[in-house]
Amino acid sequence: MYSEKVMDHFTNPRNVGEIKNADGIGEVGNPKCGDIMKMYLKIEDGVITDVKFKTFGCGAAIATSSMATELVKGKTIEEALKVTNKRVAEELGGLPSAKLHCSLLAEQAIKAALLDYAKKNNIEIEELKDFDPNEDPHHH
Amino acid sequence: MATKVYMDYAATTPVKKEVLDSMIPYYTEKYGNPSSVYSLGRESRKTIDESREKIANILGANPKEIYFTSGGSEADNWAIKAVAMANKDKGNHIITSKIEHHAVLHTCEYLEKHGFEVTYLDVDEYGMVDLEQLKKSITDKTILISIMFANNEIGTIQPIKEIGQIAREKGVYFHTDAVQAVGNVKIDVNELNIDMMSMSAHKIYGPKGIGALYIKKGVKIDPHIHGGAQERKRRAGTENVAGIVGFAKAMELAYENLEEHISKLTKLRDKLINDVKNKIDYVRLNGHPEKRLPGNASFCIEFIEGEALLLNLDMAGIAASSGSACTSGSLDPSHVLMAIGLPHEIAHGSLRLTLGDFTTEKDVDYVVEKLVEIVDRLRQMSPLYEKVKGV
Repeated sequence: MYSEKVMDHFTNPRNVGEIKNADGIGEVGNPKCGDIMKMYLKIEDGVITDVKFKTFGCGAAIATSSMATELVKGKTIEEALKVTNKRVAEELGGLPSAKLHCSLLAEQAIKAALLDYAKKNNIEIEELKDFDPNEDPHHH
Repeated sequence: MATKVYMDYAATTPVKKEVLDSMIPYYTEKYGNPSSVYSLGRESRKTIDESREKIANILGANPKEIYFTSGGSEADNWAIKAVAMANKDKGNHIITSKIEHHAVLHTCEYLEKHGFEVTYLDVDEYGMVDLEQLKKSITDKTILISIMFANNEIGTIQPIKEIGQIAREKGVYFHTDAVQAVGNVKIDVNELNIDMMSMSAHKIYGPKGIGALYIKKGVKIDPHIHGGAQERKRRAGTENVAGIVGFAKAMELAYENLEEHISKLTKLRDKLINDVKNKIDYVRLNGHPEKRLPGNASFCIEFIEGEALLLNLDMAGIAASSGSACTSGSLDPSHVLMAIGLPHEIAHGSLRLTLGDFTTEKDVDYVVEKLVEIVDRLRQMSPLYEKVKGV
Protein backbone atom coordinates (compact mmCIF):
# COMPACT_ATOMS: atom_id res chain seq x y z
CA MET A 1 0.00 0.00 0.00
CA TYR A 2 3.00 2.32 0.52
CA SER A 3 5.36 3.45 -2.25
CA GLU A 4 8.99 2.38 -2.16
CA LYS A 5 9.98 5.92 -1.24
CA VAL A 6 7.64 5.91 1.77
CA MET A 7 9.03 2.57 2.92
CA ASP A 8 12.55 3.88 2.47
CA HIS A 9 11.89 6.93 4.64
CA PHE A 10 10.03 4.80 7.16
CA THR A 11 12.81 2.23 7.39
CA ASN A 12 15.69 4.71 7.32
CA PRO A 13 14.21 7.97 8.53
CA ARG A 14 16.47 11.00 7.96
CA ASN A 15 17.19 13.49 10.73
CA VAL A 16 15.70 11.61 13.66
CA GLY A 17 16.46 13.04 17.07
CA GLU A 18 16.45 16.39 18.76
CA ILE A 19 18.54 19.55 18.79
CA LYS A 20 19.75 20.93 22.10
CA ASN A 21 19.14 24.69 22.23
CA ALA A 22 17.03 24.57 19.09
CA ASP A 23 15.97 27.95 17.75
CA GLY A 24 12.46 26.74 17.04
CA ILE A 25 10.48 23.72 18.28
CA GLY A 26 7.08 22.76 16.95
CA GLU A 27 4.83 19.99 18.20
CA VAL A 28 1.58 19.13 16.44
CA GLY A 29 -1.03 16.37 16.51
CA ASN A 30 -2.25 14.60 19.61
CA PRO A 31 -1.85 11.11 21.02
CA LYS A 32 -5.59 10.55 20.87
CA CYS A 33 -5.45 10.63 17.08
CA GLY A 34 -2.42 8.39 17.06
CA ASP A 35 0.15 10.81 15.73
CA ILE A 36 2.41 13.49 17.17
CA MET A 37 5.24 15.19 15.36
CA LYS A 38 7.89 17.24 17.05
CA MET A 39 10.22 19.27 14.86
CA TYR A 40 13.45 21.02 15.98
CA LEU A 41 15.07 23.77 13.89
CA LYS A 42 18.47 25.44 14.03
CA ILE A 43 18.28 28.76 12.19
CA GLU A 44 21.17 31.05 11.28
CA ASP A 45 20.72 34.28 9.30
CA GLY A 46 17.28 33.17 8.15
CA VAL A 47 18.53 29.82 6.92
CA ILE A 48 17.59 26.43 8.43
CA THR A 49 21.01 24.94 9.06
CA ASP A 50 19.86 21.87 10.94
CA VAL A 51 16.58 20.03 11.54
CA LYS A 52 15.59 17.00 13.60
CA PHE A 53 12.31 15.29 14.38
CA LYS A 54 10.63 12.83 16.66
CA THR A 55 7.33 11.24 15.67
CA PHE A 56 4.80 8.96 17.33
CA GLY A 57 2.68 7.54 14.57
CA CYS A 58 2.13 5.14 11.72
CA GLY A 59 4.46 4.39 8.82
CA ALA A 60 3.19 7.36 6.81
CA ALA A 61 3.60 9.74 9.75
CA ILE A 62 7.23 8.74 10.21
CA ALA A 63 7.99 8.87 6.47
CA THR A 64 6.37 12.30 5.99
CA SER A 65 8.28 13.70 8.97
CA SER A 66 11.51 12.41 7.50
CA MET A 67 10.76 13.81 4.04
CA ALA A 68 9.69 17.16 5.45
CA THR A 69 13.00 17.56 7.27
CA GLU A 70 14.88 16.83 4.05
CA LEU A 71 12.84 19.41 2.18
CA VAL A 72 13.55 22.24 4.62
CA LYS A 73 17.17 21.54 5.50
CA GLY A 74 19.47 24.25 4.15
CA LYS A 75 16.51 26.32 2.99
CA THR A 76 15.55 29.85 3.96
CA ILE A 77 12.50 30.45 6.13
CA GLU A 78 10.60 31.72 3.07
CA GLU A 79 11.45 28.56 1.14
CA ALA A 80 10.51 26.32 4.09
CA LEU A 81 7.12 27.99 4.34
CA LYS A 82 6.42 26.89 0.76
CA VAL A 83 6.79 23.21 1.69
CA THR A 84 3.17 22.14 1.53
CA ASN A 85 1.61 18.83 2.46
CA LYS A 86 1.02 18.24 -1.24
CA ARG A 87 4.72 18.65 -1.95
CA VAL A 88 5.67 16.25 0.89
CA ALA A 89 3.27 13.62 -0.44
CA GLU A 90 4.48 14.09 -4.03
CA GLU A 91 8.12 13.76 -3.04
CA LEU A 92 7.22 10.47 -1.36
CA GLY A 93 5.69 9.13 -4.55
CA GLY A 94 2.16 9.58 -3.21
CA LEU A 95 0.33 8.43 -0.10
CA PRO A 96 -2.78 6.28 0.32
CA SER A 97 -5.76 8.64 0.61
CA ALA A 98 -6.43 7.60 4.22
CA LYS A 99 -2.90 8.76 5.08
CA LEU A 100 -2.92 12.20 3.48
CA HIS A 101 -3.60 13.83 6.84
CA CYS A 102 -0.13 12.66 7.91
CA SER A 103 1.47 14.90 5.29
CA LEU A 104 -0.60 17.81 6.56
CA LEU A 105 0.80 17.14 10.00
CA ALA A 106 4.34 17.40 8.60
CA GLU A 107 3.59 20.77 7.02
CA GLN A 108 2.11 21.95 10.30
CA ALA A 109 5.08 20.75 12.32
CA ILE A 110 7.43 22.89 10.21
CA LYS A 111 5.15 25.90 10.54
CA ALA A 112 4.79 25.38 14.27
CA ALA A 113 8.58 25.27 14.69
CA LEU A 114 8.96 28.44 12.60
CA LEU A 115 6.26 30.17 14.61
CA ASP A 116 8.09 29.25 17.79
CA TYR A 117 11.29 30.70 16.32
CA ALA A 118 9.50 33.89 15.33
CA LYS A 119 7.99 34.33 18.80
CA LYS A 120 11.29 33.77 20.55
CA ASN A 121 12.96 36.38 18.34
CA ASN A 122 10.09 38.87 18.13
CA ILE A 123 9.83 38.48 14.40
CA GLU A 124 6.57 38.68 12.50
CA ILE A 125 6.20 36.03 9.79
CA GLU A 126 3.41 37.23 7.54
CA GLU A 127 2.53 33.74 6.29
CA LEU A 128 1.98 32.43 9.82
CA LYS A 129 -0.35 35.23 10.92
CA ASP A 130 -3.41 32.94 10.93
CA PHE A 131 -1.63 29.70 11.67
CA ASP A 132 -2.80 27.77 14.72
CA PRO A 133 -0.49 24.90 15.63
CA ASN A 134 -3.13 23.42 17.92
CA GLU A 135 -5.68 23.01 15.17
CA ASP A 136 -6.43 19.36 14.53
CA PRO A 137 -5.86 18.43 10.89
CA HIS A 138 -8.08 15.36 11.26
CA HIS A 139 -11.18 17.46 11.51
CA HIS A 140 -10.74 19.54 8.41
CA MET B 1 10.77 -10.24 3.26
CA ALA B 2 8.98 -13.56 3.07
CA THR B 3 7.06 -14.53 6.18
CA LYS B 4 9.24 -16.56 8.49
CA VAL B 5 7.00 -16.58 11.52
CA TYR B 6 3.24 -16.52 11.17
CA MET B 7 1.55 -15.23 14.32
CA ASP B 8 -1.86 -14.31 13.00
CA TYR B 9 -3.76 -17.60 13.37
CA ALA B 10 -6.84 -15.69 14.55
CA ALA B 11 -6.99 -14.09 11.10
CA THR B 12 -6.75 -17.37 9.25
CA THR B 13 -4.84 -20.65 9.28
CA PRO B 14 -3.07 -22.77 6.69
CA VAL B 15 -5.10 -25.73 5.43
CA LYS B 16 -3.72 -28.93 6.92
CA LYS B 17 -2.53 -31.54 4.46
CA GLU B 18 -5.05 -34.18 5.59
CA VAL B 19 -7.79 -31.60 5.11
CA LEU B 20 -6.69 -30.68 1.60
CA ASP B 21 -6.25 -34.35 0.65
CA SER B 22 -9.79 -35.10 1.80
CA MET B 23 -11.16 -32.29 -0.38
CA ILE B 24 -9.42 -32.79 -3.71
CA PRO B 25 -11.47 -35.78 -4.98
CA TYR B 26 -14.61 -33.66 -4.65
CA TYR B 27 -13.22 -31.19 -7.16
CA THR B 28 -11.92 -33.74 -9.65
CA GLU B 29 -13.59 -37.18 -9.71
CA LYS B 30 -16.52 -36.86 -7.33
CA TYR B 31 -17.85 -33.58 -8.69
CA GLY B 32 -21.52 -34.53 -8.94
CA ASN B 33 -24.22 -32.09 -7.91
CA PRO B 34 -25.65 -33.42 -4.64
CA SER B 35 -29.16 -32.72 -5.91
CA SER B 36 -28.76 -34.95 -8.99
CA VAL B 37 -30.41 -38.37 -9.00
CA TYR B 38 -27.61 -40.39 -10.64
CA SER B 39 -24.94 -42.11 -8.56
CA LEU B 40 -22.30 -39.38 -9.00
CA GLY B 41 -24.72 -36.91 -7.44
CA ARG B 42 -25.91 -39.30 -4.78
CA GLU B 43 -22.34 -39.85 -3.73
CA SER B 44 -21.92 -36.11 -3.11
CA ARG B 45 -25.14 -36.06 -1.10
CA LYS B 46 -23.94 -38.97 1.02
CA THR B 47 -20.64 -37.22 1.69
CA ILE B 48 -22.42 -34.05 2.79
CA ASP B 49 -24.64 -36.06 5.13
CA GLU B 50 -21.63 -37.81 6.63
CA SER B 51 -19.76 -34.54 7.10
CA ARG B 52 -22.78 -32.96 8.74
CA GLU B 53 -23.03 -35.89 11.10
CA LYS B 54 -19.35 -35.70 12.05
CA ILE B 55 -19.62 -32.02 12.91
CA ALA B 56 -22.90 -32.51 14.78
CA ASN B 57 -21.43 -35.33 16.86
CA ILE B 58 -18.48 -33.22 17.92
CA LEU B 59 -20.81 -30.45 19.10
CA GLY B 60 -23.39 -32.71 20.72
CA ALA B 61 -25.95 -31.59 18.15
CA ASN B 62 -28.35 -33.40 15.85
CA PRO B 63 -27.16 -33.45 12.20
CA LYS B 64 -30.42 -31.77 11.21
CA GLU B 65 -29.37 -28.78 13.29
CA ILE B 66 -26.20 -28.03 11.28
CA TYR B 67 -26.63 -25.70 8.30
CA PHE B 68 -23.66 -25.02 6.04
CA THR B 69 -22.92 -21.42 5.08
CA SER B 70 -20.11 -19.58 3.33
CA GLY B 71 -18.50 -18.81 6.69
CA GLY B 72 -18.87 -17.03 9.99
CA SER B 73 -20.11 -13.67 8.71
CA GLU B 74 -22.93 -15.27 6.76
CA ALA B 75 -23.90 -17.39 9.75
CA ASP B 76 -24.01 -14.27 11.98
CA ASN B 77 -26.09 -12.36 9.45
CA TRP B 78 -28.50 -15.24 9.03
CA ALA B 79 -28.99 -15.89 12.74
CA ILE B 80 -29.63 -12.28 13.66
CA LYS B 81 -31.65 -11.00 10.72
CA ALA B 82 -33.72 -14.12 10.26
CA VAL B 83 -34.60 -14.50 13.94
CA ALA B 84 -35.52 -10.80 13.98
CA MET B 85 -37.80 -11.21 10.97
CA ALA B 86 -39.42 -14.43 12.18
CA ASN B 87 -40.12 -13.10 15.66
CA LYS B 88 -40.99 -9.49 15.01
CA ASP B 89 -44.58 -10.04 16.16
CA LYS B 90 -43.26 -11.06 19.53
CA GLY B 91 -40.84 -8.19 19.99
CA ASN B 92 -38.28 -5.91 18.42
CA HIS B 93 -35.49 -5.92 21.00
CA ILE B 94 -32.06 -7.53 20.60
CA ILE B 95 -29.23 -7.65 23.14
CA THR B 96 -25.61 -7.94 22.11
CA SER B 97 -22.27 -6.65 23.40
CA LYS B 98 -19.94 -3.81 22.47
CA ILE B 99 -17.10 -6.17 21.58
CA GLU B 100 -18.81 -8.33 18.97
CA HIS B 101 -17.34 -8.96 15.55
CA HIS B 102 -18.51 -6.45 12.93
CA ALA B 103 -20.56 -9.22 11.32
CA VAL B 104 -22.79 -9.03 14.41
CA LEU B 105 -22.51 -5.31 15.19
CA HIS B 106 -23.18 -4.06 11.67
CA THR B 107 -26.05 -6.51 11.29
CA CYS B 108 -27.58 -5.13 14.49
CA GLU B 109 -27.06 -1.56 13.28
CA TYR B 110 -28.82 -2.48 10.04
CA LEU B 111 -31.77 -3.84 12.02
CA GLU B 112 -31.90 -0.62 14.06
CA LYS B 113 -32.62 1.21 10.79
CA HIS B 114 -35.55 -1.11 10.30
CA GLY B 115 -37.35 -0.55 13.58
CA PHE B 116 -35.49 -2.90 15.90
CA GLU B 117 -33.97 -1.77 19.16
CA VAL B 118 -30.58 -3.00 20.19
CA THR B 119 -28.89 -2.94 23.60
CA TYR B 120 -25.09 -3.07 23.40
CA LEU B 121 -23.84 -4.46 26.71
CA ASP B 122 -20.72 -3.02 28.29
CA VAL B 123 -17.77 -5.22 29.16
CA ASP B 124 -15.34 -4.89 32.05
CA GLU B 125 -11.60 -4.18 31.71
CA TYR B 126 -11.02 -7.82 30.77
CA GLY B 127 -13.73 -7.83 28.12
CA MET B 128 -16.28 -9.79 30.18
CA VAL B 129 -20.00 -9.06 29.90
CA ASP B 130 -21.84 -8.38 33.13
CA LEU B 131 -24.54 -11.01 33.72
CA GLU B 132 -26.52 -8.66 35.98
CA GLN B 133 -26.60 -6.00 33.29
CA LEU B 134 -27.70 -8.68 30.83
CA LYS B 135 -30.57 -9.76 33.10
CA LYS B 136 -31.69 -6.17 33.63
CA SER B 137 -31.61 -5.45 29.91
CA ILE B 138 -34.12 -8.19 29.04
CA THR B 139 -37.63 -6.86 28.49
CA ASP B 140 -40.83 -8.52 27.28
CA LYS B 141 -39.86 -7.26 23.81
CA THR B 142 -36.51 -9.05 23.79
CA ILE B 143 -36.31 -11.77 21.15
CA LEU B 144 -32.60 -12.46 20.84
CA ILE B 145 -29.34 -12.32 22.77
CA SER B 146 -26.17 -12.53 20.67
CA ILE B 147 -22.91 -12.72 22.60
CA MET B 148 -19.68 -14.01 21.12
CA PHE B 149 -18.10 -17.13 22.60
CA ALA B 150 -14.52 -15.81 22.50
CA ASN B 151 -13.25 -12.46 21.31
CA ASN B 152 -11.11 -12.34 18.18
CA GLU B 153 -8.94 -9.43 19.30
CA ILE B 154 -8.34 -9.93 23.01
CA GLY B 155 -9.20 -13.62 23.34
CA THR B 156 -11.57 -13.31 26.30
CA ILE B 157 -13.95 -16.25 26.72
CA GLN B 158 -17.46 -15.34 27.91
CA PRO B 159 -19.54 -17.29 30.46
CA ILE B 160 -21.56 -18.87 27.65
CA LYS B 161 -23.40 -21.46 29.73
CA GLU B 162 -24.61 -18.82 32.20
CA ILE B 163 -25.70 -16.47 29.42
CA GLY B 164 -27.57 -19.34 27.77
CA GLN B 165 -29.20 -20.17 31.09
CA ILE B 166 -30.43 -16.60 31.54
CA ALA B 167 -31.75 -16.52 27.97
CA ARG B 168 -33.57 -19.82 28.43
CA GLU B 169 -35.19 -18.78 31.70
CA LYS B 170 -36.52 -15.64 30.02
CA GLY B 171 -37.62 -17.46 26.87
CA VAL B 172 -35.23 -15.50 24.66
CA TYR B 173 -33.16 -17.07 21.90
CA PHE B 174 -29.39 -17.17 22.41
CA HIS B 175 -26.98 -16.95 19.48
CA THR B 176 -23.20 -17.06 19.86
CA ASP B 177 -20.50 -16.29 17.34
CA ALA B 178 -18.09 -19.13 18.10
CA VAL B 179 -15.77 -18.58 15.14
CA GLN B 180 -12.73 -18.15 17.40
CA ALA B 181 -13.79 -20.69 20.03
CA VAL B 182 -14.40 -23.67 17.76
CA GLY B 183 -11.29 -25.83 17.72
CA ASN B 184 -9.98 -24.16 20.87
CA VAL B 185 -12.69 -24.95 23.41
CA LYS B 186 -14.78 -28.05 24.05
CA ILE B 187 -18.33 -27.23 22.99
CA ASP B 188 -21.53 -29.11 23.72
CA VAL B 189 -24.37 -26.96 22.46
CA ASN B 190 -26.95 -28.48 24.78
CA GLU B 191 -24.83 -28.34 27.87
CA LEU B 192 -24.03 -24.69 27.11
CA ASN B 193 -27.68 -23.73 26.44
CA ILE B 194 -26.90 -22.47 22.93
CA ASP B 195 -29.75 -21.98 20.44
CA MET B 196 -27.66 -20.82 17.48
CA MET B 197 -23.94 -20.85 16.88
CA SER B 198 -21.78 -19.47 14.04
CA MET B 199 -18.69 -21.37 12.89
CA SER B 200 -15.98 -21.01 10.26
CA ALA B 201 -13.59 -23.60 8.81
CA HIS B 202 -10.62 -21.42 7.91
CA LYS B 203 -9.84 -20.59 11.54
CA ILE B 204 -9.28 -24.28 12.29
CA TYR B 205 -6.96 -25.34 9.44
CA GLY B 206 -9.84 -25.84 7.03
CA PRO B 207 -10.62 -24.03 3.77
CA LYS B 208 -11.92 -20.46 3.40
CA GLY B 209 -15.47 -19.97 2.16
CA ILE B 210 -17.19 -22.57 4.31
CA GLY B 211 -18.77 -22.43 7.73
CA ALA B 212 -21.98 -23.33 9.45
CA LEU B 213 -24.80 -22.12 11.61
CA TYR B 214 -26.08 -24.46 14.29
CA ILE B 215 -29.80 -23.91 14.70
CA LYS B 216 -31.41 -25.78 17.54
CA LYS B 217 -34.54 -27.68 16.62
CA GLY B 218 -37.61 -25.55 17.30
CA VAL B 219 -35.95 -22.14 16.92
CA LYS B 220 -38.22 -19.88 14.90
CA ILE B 221 -36.04 -18.51 12.12
CA ASP B 222 -36.66 -17.50 8.50
CA PRO B 223 -34.86 -19.08 5.56
CA HIS B 224 -31.76 -17.20 4.60
CA ILE B 225 -31.24 -17.76 0.88
CA HIS B 226 -34.39 -18.48 -1.11
CA GLY B 227 -34.16 -20.92 -3.98
CA GLY B 228 -33.65 -24.64 -4.13
CA ALA B 229 -34.29 -27.17 -1.40
CA GLN B 230 -30.72 -27.34 -0.10
CA GLU B 231 -30.04 -27.13 3.65
CA ARG B 232 -33.60 -28.09 4.52
CA LYS B 233 -34.94 -25.25 2.34
CA ARG B 234 -33.33 -22.66 4.54
CA ARG B 235 -30.15 -21.88 2.63
CA ALA B 236 -30.50 -22.48 -1.09
CA GLY B 237 -27.64 -22.95 -3.52
CA THR B 238 -25.56 -25.90 -4.67
CA GLU B 239 -23.49 -27.05 -1.75
CA ASN B 240 -19.74 -26.40 -1.46
CA VAL B 241 -19.11 -30.14 -1.30
CA ALA B 242 -15.31 -30.08 -1.12
CA GLY B 243 -15.47 -27.24 1.41
CA ILE B 244 -17.93 -29.18 3.57
CA VAL B 245 -15.69 -32.26 3.46
CA GLY B 246 -12.67 -30.15 4.42
CA PHE B 247 -14.57 -28.44 7.22
CA ALA B 248 -15.63 -31.79 8.70
CA LYS B 249 -12.08 -33.12 8.44
CA ALA B 250 -10.69 -30.00 10.12
CA MET B 251 -13.25 -30.35 12.92
CA GLU B 252 -12.32 -34.00 13.42
CA LEU B 253 -8.62 -33.20 13.62
CA ALA B 254 -9.21 -30.26 15.96
CA TYR B 255 -11.29 -32.25 18.41
CA GLU B 256 -9.24 -35.46 18.28
CA ASN B 257 -6.28 -33.54 19.62
CA LEU B 258 -8.04 -30.82 21.59
CA GLU B 259 -6.36 -31.39 24.96
CA GLU B 260 -2.92 -31.53 23.40
CA HIS B 261 -3.62 -28.46 21.26
CA ILE B 262 -4.80 -26.45 24.27
CA SER B 263 -1.91 -27.39 26.54
CA LYS B 264 0.74 -26.81 23.85
CA LEU B 265 -0.64 -23.43 22.84
CA THR B 266 -1.25 -22.28 26.41
CA LYS B 267 2.34 -23.03 27.30
CA LEU B 268 3.73 -21.16 24.28
CA ARG B 269 1.32 -18.27 24.79
CA ASP B 270 2.24 -17.88 28.46
CA LYS B 271 5.92 -17.92 27.57
CA LEU B 272 5.31 -15.23 24.97
CA ILE B 273 3.31 -13.09 27.40
CA ASN B 274 5.87 -13.44 30.18
CA ASP B 275 8.85 -12.76 27.94
CA VAL B 276 7.24 -9.67 26.43
CA LYS B 277 6.27 -8.34 29.86
CA ASN B 278 9.74 -9.03 31.29
CA LYS B 279 11.69 -7.53 28.41
CA ILE B 280 9.62 -4.51 27.47
CA ASP B 281 8.42 -1.85 29.92
CA TYR B 282 5.13 0.02 29.60
CA VAL B 283 3.33 -3.01 28.17
CA ARG B 284 -0.09 -4.32 29.16
CA LEU B 285 -1.87 -7.54 28.33
CA ASN B 286 -5.35 -7.06 26.87
CA GLY B 287 -8.12 -9.48 27.73
CA HIS B 288 -8.69 -11.81 30.63
CA PRO B 289 -5.54 -13.24 32.24
CA GLU B 290 -6.99 -16.78 32.50
CA LYS B 291 -10.29 -16.99 30.66
CA ARG B 292 -8.74 -16.48 27.26
CA LEU B 293 -8.15 -18.42 24.06
CA PRO B 294 -5.09 -20.67 24.29
CA GLY B 295 -3.36 -19.03 21.31
CA ASN B 296 -4.17 -15.36 21.95
CA ALA B 297 -1.62 -12.83 23.21
CA SER B 298 -2.89 -9.27 22.83
CA PHE B 299 -0.82 -6.35 24.08
CA CYS B 300 -0.75 -2.60 24.18
CA ILE B 301 2.76 -1.24 23.90
CA GLU B 302 2.82 2.37 25.00
CA PHE B 303 4.33 5.33 23.12
CA ILE B 304 4.38 3.61 19.74
CA GLU B 305 1.80 3.11 17.04
CA GLY B 306 0.54 -0.26 15.86
CA GLU B 307 0.91 0.10 12.12
CA ALA B 308 4.53 1.22 12.39
CA LEU B 309 5.08 -1.80 14.59
CA LEU B 310 3.43 -4.19 12.11
CA LEU B 311 5.47 -2.83 9.18
CA ASN B 312 8.68 -3.35 11.12
CA LEU B 313 7.63 -6.85 12.18
CA ASP B 314 6.80 -7.64 8.57
CA MET B 315 10.29 -6.54 7.54
CA ALA B 316 11.60 -9.04 10.09
CA GLY B 317 9.42 -11.72 8.50
CA ILE B 318 6.77 -11.72 11.24
CA ALA B 319 3.05 -11.64 10.42
CA ALA B 320 0.94 -10.07 13.19
CA SER B 321 -2.03 -7.73 13.58
CA SER B 322 -3.09 -4.60 15.45
CA GLY B 323 -6.26 -2.76 16.39
CA SER B 324 -4.73 0.68 15.90
CA ALA B 325 -6.62 3.32 13.94
CA CYS B 326 -4.10 3.25 11.12
CA THR B 327 -4.73 -0.43 10.56
CA SER B 328 -8.49 -0.29 11.02
CA GLY B 329 -8.88 2.18 8.16
CA SER B 330 -10.58 4.76 10.35
CA LEU B 331 -9.38 7.39 12.77
CA ASP B 332 -10.46 5.39 15.79
CA PRO B 333 -8.76 2.38 17.30
CA SER B 334 -10.68 -0.88 17.46
CA HIS B 335 -14.09 -0.85 19.15
CA VAL B 336 -12.99 -3.76 21.34
CA LEU B 337 -10.03 -1.87 22.82
CA MET B 338 -12.29 1.17 23.37
CA ALA B 339 -14.91 -1.01 25.09
CA ILE B 340 -12.42 -2.41 27.61
CA GLY B 341 -11.73 1.19 28.58
CA LEU B 342 -8.33 1.83 27.03
CA PRO B 343 -7.52 5.47 26.27
CA HIS B 344 -7.01 6.20 22.56
CA GLU B 345 -3.30 6.82 22.90
CA ILE B 346 -2.73 3.40 24.44
CA ALA B 347 -5.07 1.55 22.08
CA HIS B 348 -3.06 2.92 19.14
CA GLY B 349 -0.16 0.77 20.28
CA SER B 350 -2.00 -2.51 20.20
CA LEU B 351 -0.41 -5.71 18.94
CA ARG B 352 -2.14 -9.05 18.53
CA LEU B 353 -0.01 -12.17 18.27
CA THR B 354 -2.02 -15.35 17.77
CA LEU B 355 -0.37 -18.75 17.91
CA GLY B 356 -1.39 -22.00 16.29
CA ASP B 357 -0.52 -25.61 15.65
CA PHE B 358 2.63 -24.82 13.67
CA THR B 359 4.07 -22.32 16.16
CA THR B 360 7.30 -23.42 17.85
CA GLU B 361 9.19 -22.22 20.89
CA LYS B 362 11.87 -20.96 18.51
CA ASP B 363 9.24 -18.81 16.80
CA VAL B 364 8.29 -17.28 20.13
CA ASP B 365 11.92 -16.52 20.96
CA TYR B 366 12.48 -14.95 17.54
CA VAL B 367 9.37 -12.75 17.83
CA VAL B 368 10.32 -11.55 21.30
CA GLU B 369 13.88 -10.79 20.19
CA LYS B 370 12.71 -8.75 17.18
CA LEU B 371 9.91 -7.08 19.11
CA VAL B 372 12.34 -5.79 21.74
CA GLU B 373 14.55 -4.27 19.01
CA ILE B 374 11.66 -2.74 17.08
CA VAL B 375 9.92 -1.29 20.12
CA ASP B 376 13.19 0.25 21.25
CA ARG B 377 13.81 1.77 17.83
CA LEU B 378 10.30 3.23 17.54
CA ARG B 379 10.40 4.55 21.07
CA GLN B 380 13.70 6.28 20.38
CA MET B 381 11.89 8.37 17.81
CA SER B 382 8.72 8.84 19.83
CA PRO B 383 8.18 12.23 21.47
CA LEU B 384 5.85 10.54 23.97
CA TYR B 385 8.50 8.18 25.28
CA GLU B 386 10.96 11.03 25.70
CA LYS B 387 8.47 12.76 28.02
CA VAL B 388 8.08 9.68 30.21
CA LYS B 389 11.77 9.01 30.32
CA GLY B 390 12.38 12.68 31.16
CA VAL B 391 15.11 12.82 28.54
